[in-house]
Amino acid sequence: MKLAGWGRYPTHDVQLRAPRDEAALQTLVAETGAIARGNGRAYGDSALSETNTIHMRHFNRMISFDDKTGVLVAESAVLAGDIIAAFLPHGWFLPVTPGTKFVTLGGMIAADVHGKNHHIDGSFGAFVDWIDVMEPDGTITRCSARRNKALFEWTVGCMGLSGVILRAAVRLRPVESGWIRQQMIPTGDLNETIDTFEAHGDATYSVAWIDCLSKGTQQGRSLVMLGEHAALDDLPRPRRKRPFETKTKRKLSVPFSPPAFFMNGLSVRAFNSLYYWKGTRSAGDSLVDWDSYFYPLDAILNWNRIYGRRGFAQFQCVLPLEASRAGMTALLSAISDAGVGSFLAVLKRMGPQQSRFSFPMEGYTLALDFPVNARTLKLMDRLDAITLDHAGRFYLAKDARMSAETLRKSDPRIEAFLKMRHDKNRAETFASAQSQRLAL
Amino acid sequence: MTTRAVLILGARSDMAMAMAHRFAKAGHPIQLAARNASTLEAERTDLALRYNVEVTLHEFDVLETAQFEPFIDGLPTLPHIAVSAVGTMGEQSDNESDLAAATRDLRSNFEGPALMLGALANRFAARGAGTLVGISSVAGERGRATNYVYGSAKAGFTAFLSGLRNRLAKEGVHVITVLPGFVATKMTEDLDLPEKLTAQPDEVAEAVHRAVTVGKNVIYVRRIWQLVMLSIRNIPEGVFKKLKI
Repeated sequence: MKLAGWGRYPTHDVQLRAPRDEAALQTLVAETGAIARGNGRAYGDSALSETNTIHMRHFNRMISFDDKTGVLVAESAVLAGDIIAAFLPHGWFLPVTPGTKFVTLGGMIAADVHGKNHHIDGSFGAFVDWIDVMEPDGTITRCSARRNKALFEWTVGCMGLSGVILRAAVRLRPVESGWIRQQMIPTGDLNETIDTFEAHGDATYSVAWIDCLSKGTQQGRSLVMLGEHAALDDLPRPRRKRPFETKTKRKLSVPFSPPAFFMNGLSVRAFNSLYYWKGTRSAGDSLVDWDSYFYPLDAILNWNRIYGRRGFAQFQCVLPLEASRAGMTALLSAISDAGVGSFLAVLKRMGPQQSRFSFPMEGYTLALDFPVNARTLKLMDRLDAITLDHAGRFYLAKDARMSAETLRKSDPRIEAFLKMRHDKNRAETFASAQSQRLAL
Repeated sequence: MTTRAVLILGARSDMAMAMAHRFAKAGHPIQLAARNASTLEAERTDLALRYNVEVTLHEFDVLETAQFEPFIDGLPTLPHIAVSAVGTMGEQSDNESDLAAATRDLRSNFEGPALMLGALANRFAARGAGTLVGISSVAGERGRATNYVYGSAKAGFTAFLSGLRNRLAKEGVHVITVLPGFVATKMTEDLDLPEKLTAQPDEVAEAVHRAVTVGKNVIYVRRIWQLVMLSIRNIPEGVFKKLKI
């Protein structure tokens, strides 16, 4: 069947099967060329294998929860949203969350996702106590930072290329309410944006929506959004009795793909200006429910259709701290020169991180999406080159089109990664369309 | 939150589990009944963790009709809602040549579910409240060469539910007949089903939950099935018998 990632680009004709138990999964893994797929939220081809895509949806049970420590044990296809629905009413939230709650636990580990608190808490892997991994020979190994350490480190952030994640134990975060105290700070240019991040390094959550089309003295103008979990005392009195109750909003849906010309430079420029203007008017403090704060796009089902039938590609890189100002300026100039902007450009300060193959490093990360066409593909090649010039690297969970050469130039860790792949028959057993494209 | 328990008969199936999730989400305690019920422990834990409701497991074999009354007596409470998701779909070719196979399909799709809901109906009527849900099938709307043993059993079940509804209408007990059409489940995993006609188990669960809430009588899950079955029922027999459908 035809299958793609969330960006709907590229599409592959894949054999997709959904095993119901470990024995059936072992049989599929033994066929080689296998890649596990969760809820299909990776943007590109990370969870596609033409010969052997394994849908993990039947491995979706919660196994245990310790309400003293907040440790949840669950199977890998449990969704982030299910975890919130089950445990937020008892005062627990995800320790780290990406921008959608429709991702699986296994996917969050495989991509070692980061959130708006990366600068303080690191990535998702930092909160994983252990993982049960099915290895190439079908055996299931429990690994952690203490036991089978190498396998643990080669599973977190390694895109399912070391084995199939079956179960994991993850430490949730205690919270007093389902609300976030948000502070919105409009900034006039890139330097001010970065200064704002640096000045608010102690905020639990921080992220900026950046106007990627503004030029000249306004280049890099942003809305920096800081957030803290609201304590009981932060809530207006009537809400304190039911601090975890937030209204469930009506979901909107994009029912079909508009023609590609809908997303042209003009509409994007107009949107960006309007959004920025609106943001500056609502600057200051507010209380926002968890769903609107962390997952604004989840309120629009199938938003990935907005970019038309040809789909869209995400570009996300991270630049080291010292190269960030110059590098981000170069990236933004290339984007505004090309005139193909993105509705949702996101800039974020990342904290230090040491890991085998995960994306984050200390510095600034920029994420944008573009409708796929010849012009934007060329622009993204240009953005790749600028990233390489500034010693940055790329997020594989977003990538759909990078070259193997670019990846090699961006990441000195690749040699060790390839060594891991050639150990235990892993490269033959586990492969995705992405790993083939990137010669991993 | 509600204390009105929901009994799910034949709890192992994908459709049954989806319904268990839907009703647990609404705060109902859940009673899961199936053969080898203890093997549903992982599902029990999952439901209890997700929805913070009480979930119990109960040994139940739809062919052991003599055990039905003791089974009901053994439940922690008499449920307010009981759903029969029991059913088997043997190979039609086996059912044509093997009496034992055909008997099994007839009994597990008609006799067992009907008698069980009938037994529950008496208890519900005595209490004066409750909802019974029978998952029947569009296959029972007209016998077809490819699955008429299964289909005729479902036809019997549908007629039984209709009669039960008629009988209990004045006694505060409501009966819902569900004709789901194609559903993407383990039972149909190897069949190549048309996407537009095939519901996901979650859709069935949502439709059943809504039907219980608003008190519907007969539901198809995807509306298109109403049209499909209207046409199939109205094909003259002389034509129908020559068709391959």
